Amino acid sequence: MSVKSVRTGGASGKHAELSFYGWRRENGRVGVRNHVVILPLDDLSNAVCEAVANNIKGTLAIPHAYGRLQFGKDLDLHFRTLIGTGTNPNVAAVVVVGIEDGWTKRVVDGIAKSGKPVIGFGIEGHGDIATIAKASYKAKEFVQWASELKREECDIADLWVSTKCGESDTTTGLSSCPTVGNMYDKLIPHGITGVFGETSEITGAEHICRERAIDKAVGDKWYAMWKAYQEDVIEAHKDGDLSESQPTKGNIAGGLSSIEEKALGNLEKIGRQCRYIDALDAAEAPAKGAGLYYMDTSSAAAECVTLMAAGGWVVHTFPTGQGNVIGNPIVPVIKISGNPKTLRTMAEHIDVDVTGVLRRDQTLDTAGDALIDMVIRTSNGRLTAAEALGHREFSMTKLYRSA
Amino acid sequence: MSIPNVPQFLVHSPKDNVGVVVVEDLKAGTKMSGVVTETDTAIAAKANHDIPVGHKVALADLKKGDTVIKYGEDVGIVTADLKKGDHVHIHNHKTKRW
Repeated sequence: MSVKSVRTGGASGKHAELSFYGWRRENGRVGVRNHVVILPLDDLSNAVCEAVANNIKGTLAIPHAYGRLQFGKDLDLHFRTLIGTGTNPNVAAVVVVGIEDGWTKRVVDGIAKSGKPVIGFGIEGHGDIATIAKASYKAKEFVQWASELKREECDIADLWVSTKCGESDTTTGLSSCPTVGNMYDKLIPHGITGVFGETSEITGAEHICRERAIDKAVGDKWYAMWKAYQEDVIEAHKDGDLSESQPTKGNIAGGLSSIEEKALGNLEKIGRQCRYIDALDAAEAPAKGAGLYYMDTSSAAAECVTLMAAGGWVVHTFPTGQGNVIGNPIVPVIKISGNPKTLRTMAEHIDVDVTGVLRRDQTLDTAGDALIDMVIRTSNGRLTAAEALGHREFSMTKLYRSA
Repeated sequence: MSIPNVPQFLVHSPKDNVGVVVVEDLKAGTKMSGVVTETDTAIAAKANHDIPVGHKVALADLKKGDTVIKYGEDVGIVTADLKKGDHVHIHNHKTKRW
């Protein structure tokens, strides 16, 4: 790892020498964490999963609220999110538990395509206690196997870094968001895979976002996604003025007073030079190789990070103004803030302090280098503030009511 | 005008008619020094109100119906007349979208 070259900044060629230590998985992708996940198919299976994780130390249950009587695109998204979460290279092995065998097998088969160890258990016909026992034996086997896997040195091009901001204010548009943009401008040319999203929060800057596509076809695909959201969600469900939820109360407290102002700050995250090469559906894995992608996500922090993790991203960069405290069970979430009040009142949540950008004693170039340094250190194993504080927000996106 | 050591407000673009206060506890009457970040040039304004950190200050007299410009872009409409140096927020600025 050539941290020294990062700190000196300057020539972009220096960033090409960056490396990190991660776990190369069976499918060639590289993870920066080594979780053995106990994954419920549905809400009914949370209790068994939590019991297994309690029995077998070093495993991680990821409880969630859904998975019954969903259908159509909503069910597709549910499966894509669960299978993507299990497939994520930050996960070494998976035990899936469902109320019945059929859908449980569907998730197991999906994760098995990655080549990693995965097994499923259905509760019906056995009960919780017998299922907990069977799943615990297997979880113990997996976690002992995973604990002997070793990190290896990997090229920076093996790293997938996602971004989404939260509790934004005017300082995010001036400091923390362009810091992420500077990181992408420096690392995308060296082969990392990035992603941004937040379809609703591009509103007000959609003309700029559309133009940042690699070509007209991708820009048109993106615009169709954005427009569908406006028509299918906003126009279909709004009951008057949206100014109370976009911008949010936190955004408004931080000085933002329109969605356009918020959107322009948000888009600072994609830098000056990067162009996105595809617009992905929620939780969809990219298929066009290295580069920057757009993902059609909610702007709610936990939902968005959950979808990006399911798409395969392994490190998340999260600019915040007012102090969003989000984490994720399988992906380290690096918080960046330039708001002096937030750093004064809740510094324990912030990994990269860029208040110097507002004081003008730090440039965006040096702030970007500081973030790159933290991305590498985090990839090498440093726990983020959110990990140390136990934040494991896993929120499934639901498209409509279940049957 | 020289670039201040620690600016009290920042402006994204020379086209903007609002700036962002970047220090805590800014009091009414303060003669503020600022920087336009895109061009790295100095700018000054006097605050007519106490303006919280992160909140905006008007850089020109604006009339109801005028467009608020930030990042060099249209970020909404002025909903009540305001003077240069006034606090710009939801009481006098709103989206044009909804």
